[in-house]
Amino acid sequence: MATSIQELAKRPEGLSAGHRACAGCGGAAVMRQVALQAGPDTVVGGATGCLEVVTSIFPYTAWKLPFIHSAFENSAATISGVETAYRAMKKRGDLPVDRKINFIAFGGDGGTYDIGFQSLSGAMERGHDMVYICYDNGAYMNTGIQRSSATPHGAKTSTTPVGEVKKGREGHRKDLTKIMVAHNIPYVAQTTIFHWKDFHKKLEKALAVDGPAFLNILAPCAVGWGAETHLTMELAKNAVDCNFWPLFEVENGVYKLNKRKKGKLPLVEWLKPQSRFKHLFAEGNEGIIDELQRWVDDEWEKLTRLATQA
Amino acid sequence: MEQKRVGMTGNEAVATAFMQARPHVAPAFPITPQTEMMHRFTEYVADGQVDTEMMLVESEHSAMSAAVGAAAAGARTITATSSAGFALMWEIVYVAASLRLPISMALINRALSGNINIHCDHSDSMGGRDAGWIQIYCENAQEAYDHALMSFRIGEHPDVRLPVMICYDGFIISHTAESMHLLPDEAAWKFVGPKKQNPKGYALLDTENPVTVGPLDLTDYYFEHKASQLATYPKALEVIQQVQAEYGELSGREYELFEKYRMDDAEFGIVVLSSTAGTAKEVVDAYRDRGVKIGLIKPRVFRPFPNVMIADALSGLKAVGVMDRSASFGGFGGPLFTEIRNALYGRPDAPMVFNWIFGLGGRDCDPSQIETVADALIGAAAGSAPDPVNLLGVRR
Repeated sequence: MATSIQELAKRPEGLSAGHRACAGCGGAAVMRQVALQAGPDTVVGGATGCLEVVTSIFPYTAWKLPFIHSAFENSAATISGVETAYRAMKKRGDLPVDRKINFIAFGGDGGTYDIGFQSLSGAMERGHDMVYICYDNGAYMNTGIQRSSATPHGAKTSTTPVGEVKKGREGHRKDLTKIMVAHNIPYVAQTTIFHWKDFHKKLEKALAVDGPAFLNILAPCAVGWGAETHLTMELAKNAVDCNFWPLFEVENGVYKLNKRKKGKLPLVEWLKPQSRFKHLFAEGNEGIIDELQRWVDDEWEKLTRLATQA
Repeated sequence: MEQKRVGMTGNEAVATAFMQARPHVAPAFPITPQTEMMHRFTEYVADGQVDTEMMLVESEHSAMSAAVGAAAAGARTITATSSAGFALMWEIVYVAASLRLPISMALINRALSGNINIHCDHSDSMGGRDAGWIQIYCENAQEAYDHALMSFRIGEHPDVRLPVMICYDGFIISHTAESMHLLPDEAAWKFVGPKKQNPKGYALLDTENPVTVGPLDLTDYYFEHKASQLATYPKALEVIQQVQAEYGELSGREYELFEKYRMDDAEFGIVVLSSTAGTAKEVVDAYRDRGVKIGLIKPRVFRPFPNVMIADALSGLKAVGVMDRSASFGGFGGPLFTEIRNALYGRPDAPMVFNWIFGLGGRDCDPSQIETVADALIGAAAGSAPDPVNLLGVRR
């Protein structure tokens, strides 16, 4: 079902080259792939953050699609307003064009899990025909790598530094994808920027449903994760292979795991190339990795059960 | 033209004006005393009298955010709020004006917390006076209805392209039924007309001509964009007067940027916004009967502030009392006082100007309070000046 990579390569770019994202930026790859799949009849909204900063500095824009940015916490509400305007104007014959337009709202994990959470929940509940895409890199990268509720246990961030007493992020990340499932919307899925086939298949489904859809896409941030820039795709792949970020989708409430583990990658293999986890390998901090492993295993078990029941 | 005489609250009147203007989209979240306005509007929608898409959002922040999205897409957009709801919108209130999006919003004035209070004062809208919106303060339901209709013509005018706030006093006007006149639906629609799109064509739904709205705008361009926005407000004042004149011909109700009441030969003047002006007119009449040459200025359009015209109207008086229904904590007097005194500064015939803060949290302003102001002005002219800033109606 997924559009072939050959076909995608022939499509006009929706996000042009020359934007100012860092080398190895997973988020920019998400935006470009989404723009390719969604095509020119698409209106995009973005939360304040790296996404908006690197693509839109006046008088330049990397967007070849209509793009709106209003604030940090309201990407979903803003696009829901655009989508409603489209329906209202079409209904009255006030819109000269009659073709279908896709409405896509982007946010990072800060703009989605945290400050924009209410706006997202409201827009999904109201049933707008839109796709919300979270590119999750696990911290507030744009403002300088501060902890978000998507930050993994133990990770070092600017606001969860490693000191004599504190050893990085305490507690565990919020499971936003399941919270979105609880909204009973037609389509919810989790994927990564590495798994391009899975990514495009899910994006196609999300765009096709009549009503709201939510995609949570793991998009490594080389700067924030403290990794070599050429490792972005590998880190996205390994996050799946160690079960930290399972690929799954929920269509009309039915869970489906998209990639079964065949010989699971040890969690430490994913952690090692990332300097945000460096302190976990210091003597005395073994318990933090154990706790993260316990959480990964528990969450995997719960997800497997949900998918099996289905 | 035959105009129906009705008994309506301010909220019902404004809901009716909004219905007659046929907005495409209406995002809103309830807050007292705005609630009844949206109740009535959703009834119009439920009865099919208007085909507006309601967006019953989960907060005022999302209401204004959705309004920005809808207006950027080219839709005629309305919303309404009060007090804390307006405060929650705050960030996006500035975005709406800066993106030059015509949105009509009923702002039903209510005190800001804390402590929490549901009654009228102007602390909510006055806090937003520098956000870039046009602000029109209405004395009664008729004025609120008329200016709600006019707000679309003003905000969508190609020389303006700004959001408009229709302010009226919570409960005092919003919930009090008055005898007033409505334009027939067809006449109202003929006056307002279909949504005027941006002549430059920068609408978000034009996917063939994609545009980026709300980009990052730093040291090299932001100031020029603000300068361009600033240049709009004098033009907006002209457009408001044109629209008021046209509406006057249609409805028979003549409006100006501010109302002058018995000011022709006045020696003393009271300046006050909104419903209190009605009470103040009674006091002016009573003093006039006693031979005191006193009049009233009631600014309607507070943003843009018609500083030259108001200064012209007040110059030559002996003393002016400006009544503010909001306080500027730690500032020199209330916001209306600051504007008036500033406008008069440097005029050789500037009157003495004093400030009274009144009516906070809905404290009733009865005629005796306005008499206190009038007596103080007379006393000032006789050499016994009050303090520059005073409180009115507070228990000692």
